Amino acid sequence: MTTHTAGRDHSRGDARAHLAAAHAGKGRRPLVRIALFSLRHPWQASLAIGATIVASVLQLMIPRLLGHAIDQAQGILSTAAEGAEQALFWSAMTLLAVSVARGAFTLVQNYFSESVGHHVGYELRLAFYDKVQKLSYSYHDKIHTGDLITMGLLDLDGVRMFFATGLVRMVLLSVLIGVGATMLLTTDVMLGLLALSFVPFVAWRSSVAQLTLRATWIALQEKLSGLTRVMEENLGGIRVVRAFSAQDFELDKFDTASRAALALSHQRVDVRVRNTSAMTFSFFAAMGLVLWFGGNKVIAGDMSVGTLASFLTFMTILQMPVRQLGLMVNSFARASICGDRLFNFLDEPLAIDDVPGAVDLKLTEGTLRFEDVHFTYPGATHPTLAGVSFEAKAGQTIGIVGAPGSGKSTLAHLIPRFYDIDAGKITIDGQDVSQVTLQSLRRAVAVVQQDTFLFTTTIENNIAYGDPWSKETKIERAAESAQLHNYIMGLPAGYDTVVGERGVSLSGGQRQRLSIARSLVLKPAVMVFDDSTAAIDAGTEHRIRSAIRRYASDRVTLVISHRLSSLLHADTILFLEDGKIVEQGSHDQLLAQGGRYRALYDLQTRPSDNIELGSAAQ
Amino acid sequence: MNVLDEDEREVAAFPGQRPPRASVGSHRIEEDVFGKAYDPQTVRRIWAFVRPYRAKIVLSVAAVLVFTATQLAIPLIIGRAIDSGMTEGGNATNLLWAVAAFAVAVIFNFGASFVQETEVGKVAENVLFDMRRAMFAQLQRVSLSFMDKTEVGRLMSRLQGDVNSMQEFLETSVISVGDMVLLIGIVVVLLSLDFRLGLLTLSTMPILFIVRIFWLPPAKRAFWNAHETNSITAGAMAEGINGVRTVQNLDRQKVNFDLFDDKAYANLRTQLIGSRFAQVMVPIVDSLTGTAMAIVVVVGGSLALNGKLEIGVIVAFLFYIQRFFDPIRSLTMQYSIMQRAMTSGRRITEVLDIPASITDKPDAISLTRDMDGSVEFRNVNFAYDPDRPVLKNVSFTVNPGETVALIGPTGSGKTSAMALVHRFYEVQSGAVLVGGHDVRDITQQSLGEQVAMVLQEPFLFTGSVFDNIRYNKVNATRQDVIDAATAVGAHEFIERMPNGYDSILEQRGSNLSLGQRQLLSFARALVADAKILVLDEATANIDSYTERQIQKALLTLLEGRTGMVIAHRLATIRGADRIFVLQNGELIETGNHDELMELGGLYAKLYNMNYSSFDDIPDELVSKANAKAAST
Repeated sequence: MTTHTAGRDHSRGDARAHLAAAHAGKGRRPLVRIALFSLRHPWQASLAIGATIVASVLQLMIPRLLGHAIDQAQGILSTAAEGAEQALFWSAMTLLAVSVARGAFTLVQNYFSESVGHHVGYELRLAFYDKVQKLSYSYHDKIHTGDLITMGLLDLDGVRMFFATGLVRMVLLSVLIGVGATMLLTTDVMLGLLALSFVPFVAWRSSVAQLTLRATWIALQEKLSGLTRVMEENLGGIRVVRAFSAQDFELDKFDTASRAALALSHQRVDVRVRNTSAMTFSFFAAMGLVLWFGGNKVIAGDMSVGTLASFLTFMTILQMPVRQLGLMVNSFARASICGDRLFNFLDEPLAIDDVPGAVDLKLTEGTLRFEDVHFTYPGATHPTLAGVSFEAKAGQTIGIVGAPGSGKSTLAHLIPRFYDIDAGKITIDGQDVSQVTLQSLRRAVAVVQQDTFLFTTTIENNIAYGDPWSKETKIERAAESAQLHNYIMGLPAGYDTVVGERGVSLSGGQRQRLSIARSLVLKPAVMVFDDSTAAIDAGTEHRIRSAIRRYASDRVTLVISHRLSSLLHADTILFLEDGKIVEQGSHDQLLAQGGRYRALYDLQTRPSDNIELGSAAQ
Repeated sequence: MNVLDEDEREVAAFPGQRPPRASVGSHRIEEDVFGKAYDPQTVRRIWAFVRPYRAKIVLSVAAVLVFTATQLAIPLIIGRAIDSGMTEGGNATNLLWAVAAFAVAVIFNFGASFVQETEVGKVAENVLFDMRRAMFAQLQRVSLSFMDKTEVGRLMSRLQGDVNSMQEFLETSVISVGDMVLLIGIVVVLLSLDFRLGLLTLSTMPILFIVRIFWLPPAKRAFWNAHETNSITAGAMAEGINGVRTVQNLDRQKVNFDLFDDKAYANLRTQLIGSRFAQVMVPIVDSLTGTAMAIVVVVGGSLALNGKLEIGVIVAFLFYIQRFFDPIRSLTMQYSIMQRAMTSGRRITEVLDIPASITDKPDAISLTRDMDGSVEFRNVNFAYDPDRPVLKNVSFTVNPGETVALIGPTGSGKTSAMALVHRFYEVQSGAVLVGGHDVRDITQQSLGEQVAMVLQEPFLFTGSVFDNIRYNKVNATRQDVIDAATAVGAHEFIERMPNGYDSILEQRGSNLSLGQRQLLSFARALVADAKILVLDEATANIDSYTERQIQKALLTLLEGRTGMVIAHRLATIRGADRIFVLQNGELIETGNHDELMELGGLYAKLYNMNYSSFDDIPDELVSKANAKAAST
């Protein structure tokens, strides 16, 4: 695709405009919204619909022309043999022309209705991706990633295809059935009724069948994902399976899941076959009646063979589209459900967004302040933070300890506004974090998380994740400080080694070091280590700390850990309990205080002599 | 034509800028999709799965033939109805006969299509499930060394994708028998109705064949590209969802959006190209149909005018023309399906052919609960790769009821030694004895029942807490499970969960903390109630509160059992009856804490460095200590 090298392709339009369009039309019913969204491509949509009408009219002409030609061939319409042959020739040419034209118009119809669908899909995908990236932690906390992925794939498909499989097909079927029926009925009412008698039955059966099939399809997908889970967990946990000699047990589990899925797929086959057979049968039954009654009319001289043949051809033309009525009904049902879900998602208000008139954070001294901060997780009854206040100046390191659930990590997540606080204030250099732009805030604050998400790409790209334009030397320096450089250089491909789900897997400690390097590249004003050295051995952690200290003089460092050795060097240590700071001071001060910190220290340095293993063997 | 070229894409996303070190999503291009369409070896293996259903296959093929016959008959009957019933000299009796014949044909058509579709559909499903089960069962038997080096994702794609394309192939291949017959049938019927007219009409057929032969390769490529870019976009989207927290944390939204836009746009382009290829056939087929009809009208019509052809034959011809391009279309498609199926079939047989390296001897004995519980290593040599020995002539005995701690630097062979007790791998020489029997003489089933294993990374299954603790000990009662959970100190937090023991663990227990998962895996080992416990202590730093709990649980677990613990924590090490120090695959020191301290070797040196855990000790220090220990 050579056009790509020339830079951004203008024909794709402005991506942001697509986002705005996807958000417009809030409050309308999903089908209306999809239709309006599809009509953002007015030329393609009109071409598709116009071509549909022309193509179906042309198609309806074919039986007429055939019937006419048959009558000509019988010599009914013309007496002179010369003239008859001439007439036949012209009929044949007309037939050919109509067929070619019909083909051309069908091409236009299909191509442009698919094209509208693909464009709609592209635009909605952008809007969806954008929304995923913008919704806050609290939204992502409560939704399953699997559900989001399903929405982005299947629901989006349901919406995308509505134009072609719902709207265009509706036009097609209305013309074919409406005009076709009129033509049949005006020619011969009785025979017309007979010829059309299969239509209501097939329309009904195919709609029922499609809706049933869809329901069983959803059920089947559920069973299949259960089966997938059994297989995946078995293979992932193969050591546990082997350790417990549980192979037979696992096979039973597999069989149960497999049988449930198989039963449903058989059920689907049954539904499908029962309906298609019944539909075909009713079609042929109607044809038999037309043949019988029409034949008698021909014998009686009330009708020409050509007219009868055109009736029969009409029926074959109508058969497929009538069966597709079910698909159309299904498309409407699916688009309505999928569109409802998808648009609800796109309409979801952003819990955390820039306030109107937000300005960029201006860093001066680099002071972080918590002023009586209160925070309760959405849906929780108990507050996680209840009045936390402290101040940290550039160059200072603040240590935070506390039992699990005391609110340590939450505190870290509030600084870059992953969640908004309920009361109090968090400021950086006197500016309330909720009043500055998110982008400038998050550039200034880096949180090194305990769990590191690795993207399947090179180590270099992973380290440069927050600043993809950073120079190579900067990336290497960050890796050196994080004590990862030597390991990377030892890999055959060095910094170009692909890691992540589809690449080399890193140990827990290596991942955490990579995560630290990622944050170091950003040179943030506030750096938070959220229990992010738990898997790193103490020696390496020590070296990381001294490496970082070299350029930590102008930034605030927050270290959250339950390993006290990681906190010893902190200027101030905060001991959190139930969302409150209960002790505060330097390591020596807190030890001297003899409170909770002291107790925890004793627990960690004298590893529980009273419960040593030796007693077990006796 | 390659839309996916990395460099081009990056330039496209950020015109006028140095390309960023960034990408979204990742994608592995499937190899070898347009290979051979027929490979006898693979076909034979696939046939083995179809064989059990051959009666049904025969029935379906018969039904397909009947079905095709009725499809051929119907236009003929209509033609006869016209000629013998309606045209000059025709009468109502003849018409009645023709309509009766029509009715019979329709009834056969109905029955045959019913039988054919039901049987073909169900047999294809059954074969699919059988294949998957055979592969899954094989994976339960293959050696762990194979599993160690194979990605789960790769295996899953064989268990799912490949199996599905086999199903598609089976479903369509019976139908293509029908297409073939229909095609031949139409040719024969047309030629026998009127040879000259038939020949003229059929002359349009090779045109379609030729067109499709030229159309197919680029079209297939276009469809494949469309499919690829679609999964690339889906992959990038999934990554964006899974990594959303990191994305927000590092403020990558804007860059990612532009990169994603490029992938989504490339996808739009390939989809449109795919549509073009698919739709271009429509006018071609329509034109050919029109040409064939025109030929029938002109040639057939003038023949009829001259009384050389009956009008019903023309009607029949026109009916056949409506149908005869369908089989050509589906038969050419079948070729691609076969190519895909052969590739998939080969990949499926690859899985089935992985050797199960560890099997029971025919006369293997069953280990019972009343064996003594001793473990002995006799001159064990072991390596994953013959050039790099992992254990070198290691001998030791663990007495019944004793707890030993295995310690040593990374790569010293601790974990391998543990795996050998369970016979995950075979020793190169020497022997591992459990309860006085060589593990190679014991059934793997009974060995697994008597040797419980707790892995360093607790692995939980999606399902209830109860099911996870009970695991494969299906005769354990609810009380047994509760007792075990109580004994390891997990009862309290389980009870606090919304549904207690029936709470469902989402995604392998990601809703629990690491410490809690550890406790559940202890409880599972306790329920298994084995005589010997092999445990790899967790290295990850767990908070002090939970750690205390785990230490206590460990005591409970080891009570009355022989224990082999790969120990990382001083408390565990100091408490063991004996400590085995391994280094570079050799057992260098044995004794209890005091004895080893007195010995003043590697253990004493490491201990004196005052680290709270042996894993805290940096590698350089270990080597320094080694050097010192060696020099003294």
